[in-house]
Amino acid sequence: MQIAKMNCVLRGVPPWAVYLAGALPLAWVVWLGATGGLGIDPVKEIEHRLGKIGLWFLVAGLAITPLRRQTGLSLLRQRRALGLLAFFYVALHAAVWLGLDMRLLWEQAAKDILKRPYLTAGMAALALLLPLALTSNDASVRWLGQGWRKLHRLAYPAAIAAGVHYLWQTKADVTEPLIWLAAILGLLALRLRR
Amino acid sequence: LGQIVAAPSRYSTAQTPNTREEITGYNNFYELGTDKADPRKNARLLTLKPWAVQIDGLVDRPGSYGLEDILSGAQMEERIYRLRCVEAWSMVVPWVGFELNQLLARVGVQPGAKYVGFETLVRPDEMPGQRRAILDWPYREGLRLDEAMHPLTILATGLYGEEMPAQNGAPIRLVVPWKYGFKSIKSIVRITLTEREPVCTWNAMQSQEYGFYANVNPEVDHPRWSQATERRIGGGIFAPREPTQMFNGYAAEVASLYAGMDLAKFY
Repeated sequence: MQIAKMNCVLRGVPPWAVYLAGALPLAWVVWLGATGGLGIDPVKEIEHRLGKIGLWFLVAGLAITPLRRQTGLSLLRQRRALGLLAFFYVALHAAVWLGLDMRLLWEQAAKDILKRPYLTAGMAALALLLPLALTSNDASVRWLGQGWRKLHRLAYPAAIAAGVHYLWQTKADVTEPLIWLAAILGLLALRLRR
Repeated sequence: LGQIVAAPSRYSTAQTPNTREEITGYNNFYELGTDKADPRKNARLLTLKPWAVQIDGLVDRPGSYGLEDILSGAQMEERIYRLRCVEAWSMVVPWVGFELNQLLARVGVQPGAKYVGFETLVRPDEMPGQRRAILDWPYREGLRLDEAMHPLTILATGLYGEEMPAQNGAPIRLVVPWKYGFKSIKSIVRITLTEREPVCTWNAMQSQEYGFYANVNPEVDHPRWSQATERRIGGGIFAPREPTQMFNGYAAEVASLYAGMDLAKFY
């Protein structure tokens, strides 16, 4: 009963409200930047914060199906917004790396992506998310039919690549990236036993 | 903080130093936390007085030397040096210190000595980072004897004309400006002269990434990132990357130390 009521309420949450809430972390980063709250190396801080926010949304998107199966609670109507927000933050994270960190040194950036496994993994995550973002609309769902579901399973390797990217760029204390990677793998494992 | 009387030095760069705020608020000192803002927050936990440095190994006069004793007679200079971190960022820091070779001369280096090893303080109750095995404590670093004797190599006890803040490695730290920052070990409690290459913490942990020499070299990349360019801290969000200089710009002084060596192999 409780679950049914909550699902009723959740169905009433319009996607634009999710997008609005999803914009708040960005607004917070912009606010911190404007008020000097990003510390002594603001470029790294912006870059790392955006990447971390992208991970939140990736994990949130992955959590929806297990949550529904385990508890009956359904956030299916919000999933597209969560996925698109994940892509948005991951893309912004990559853009800040290329623009503010690498200062558009295209050659060095391209070489680094090919040569450094942590960057290869991060770029792979972005590349896997791109077709998902492009097909996150009703027309594509209709057009692709059953293929749409298959295509959107790319979210799984994308999330793993993102988690590995975070782990591999860490220098010494790997506790936090390991927790994130464990969460991602855990959420994927829950899908295996249906 | 106490003022330190120090003479200017011909080894100082003419580049504008980073601000005190930047130098004292952006630190890699894992003993005081892994985030770069942590060391300043935790600096007050560290007891700096009294302080002594154990000097042993192949020396004529081994023993525990009190900090005041070490500093008495040391010729203090201001050395404005470039600092290049292995993480590809850089600063310019106005250190105050004296040449390590003065101290080594005082304790008497024996003929068999070829290397100098250094150790940082271990005090988990005052250094929260040491309560976990992030690194193999104590932090250890080392130099070849000729590197240690080089006039650019200093033991620093201050910056901006004042006593060293704890987060920057108080009360006494090494500064080797042509090597990546991690070689410049902080809060030194032991100096050992040895015949064999001493164990260095990062080198022992990930030798593929951190060599014993760790000379700044734009042509030898860190496996996880290029070392060709660097970001100068304090330049703001839109500052361009700067090309990294061979030996961090100190090639004229130190390149001869490595004549005939393959720097891609001995990185």
